Amino acid sequence: MIRPFGINEFLTILYATQWTLLLSVIALIGGGIGGALIAMLRTGKYKIVRYAASAFVVVFQGTPLLMQLFLVFFGASIIGLNVNPWLAAAIGLTLHASAYLGDIWRGCIESVPRGQWEAAKAVGLSYRTTMFDVVLPQALSVALPPTVGFFVQLIKMTSVTAIIGFAELTRTGQIINNVTFEPFLVFSIVGVIYFCLCWPLSYLSTRLERRYATL
Amino acid sequence: MPVSCEWRRSLCCERVAHWGAGVNYQFRFDLVWGSVPELLVGALLTIQLSMIAMVIGVLVAVASAVARMAGPTWLKWIISAYVEIIRNTPFLVQIFIVFFGLPSIGIRLDPNTSALFALTLNVAAYVTEILRAGIESVPKGQTEAGVALGLGRIQVFISVVLKPAIKSVYPALTSQYVLLMLQSSVISAISADELTAIANDVASRTFASFEVYIIVTVIYFAMGIAFSSMFAGLSRLLFSYPDR
Repeated sequence: MIRPFGINEFLTILYATQWTLLLSVIALIGGGIGGALIAMLRTGKYKIVRYAASAFVVVFQGTPLLMQLFLVFFGASIIGLNVNPWLAAAIGLTLHASAYLGDIWRGCIESVPRGQWEAAKAVGLSYRTTMFDVVLPQALSVALPPTVGFFVQLIKMTSVTAIIGFAELTRTGQIINNVTFEPFLVFSIVGVIYFCLCWPLSYLSTRLERRYATL
Repeated sequence: MPVSCEWRRSLCCERVAHWGAGVNYQFRFDLVWGSVPELLVGALLTIQLSMIAMVIGVLVAVASAVARMAGPTWLKWIISAYVEIIRNTPFLVQIFIVFFGLPSIGIRLDPNTSALFALTLNVAAYVTEILRAGIESVPKGQTEAGVALGLGRIQVFISVVLKPAIKSVYPALTSQYVLLMLQSSVISAISADELTAIANDVASRTFASFEVYIIVTVIYFAMGIAFSSMFAGLSRLLFSYPDR
């Protein structure tokens, strides 16, 4: 049942791009929340919390994303939940992104000189005021370029969810390839779509980096 | 193609149903222990693939650095385009193009060779970019000082530019290697015989998917730590000379 590669096949692939984008955005938001938490815990007061947060980062950065997705996917059924690929992909990517963003943002928080913390303490500001009104506003401008850069990574990472059967861009490419048998054409188109999503963001990230570097 | 995940998981769910609902899942690591040697053989191939890819990647990066400094403009354009294309598309798509796409233009490679080719193609772009940053960090005065001392162009490039550049980006290179090794799990999608593909095999044979992937995750983690500390030790050996 081989059929030629026509406009419909192209549109199917293009249409699947929305799932890639949606998953990337979900993972960015989820990872953003998790990452902010990790970053704050890692720069916080309590040693044991700092260690726990670091351990989380080390484990999720030190193991393949595919394994994390597998473990979420197969692990959920063990505790009796029937998780579909959608949810498994979203959870796996969120955890993965939390670790990376937590690490990136910790660096940004630490880039604010220690003396500012001490100064804030000296004038009697609370931890919350110091964090939110003194440190974070400065850390945010440092954090923007690497965060945009990481979003590019995240978009590319979503392709791995194709392996657990989530029908995003890459998986749809595989499915279309199975019926048209035009692998070079199909995967080139898939690649071009990813490139169109990622390259402008990469470019933006480099531009931002240069701008903040000259500040 | 390997057995689909969903099919394997439905079997996994059946097991849960068989032993009682939900939380009473019994871990069956005993089903998997026997396959650990097989998994280690897969891990060895993972290491081999990523090592060879990294070595070739560094060589390509050095060649690109030379071309960027002394080559014609069109070559610089090609290198930049290559780096941007690889860095802005997912590795999985790159493997699919290499493994499924290339045969249609007459280049037929077996899974392991395809995997090696795709890994090399991928990592070379990243290393090229890392090395470029390293070379840019070498002050121009240093090159000029080398020329003033009467060193030849090649000598200046190797000892005055390349070596300090590699020294300054060495940490980035080693973490790139670990990333490459972790990323290589994705090549299981074309059924090469590396660690993850073997794990998939064992999982579909024993139906103990979760247990297998836990073990494999630990193996990847251990490999990452082992290589990180090995590279850190190596750096003390290689770059212990004073540079100021």
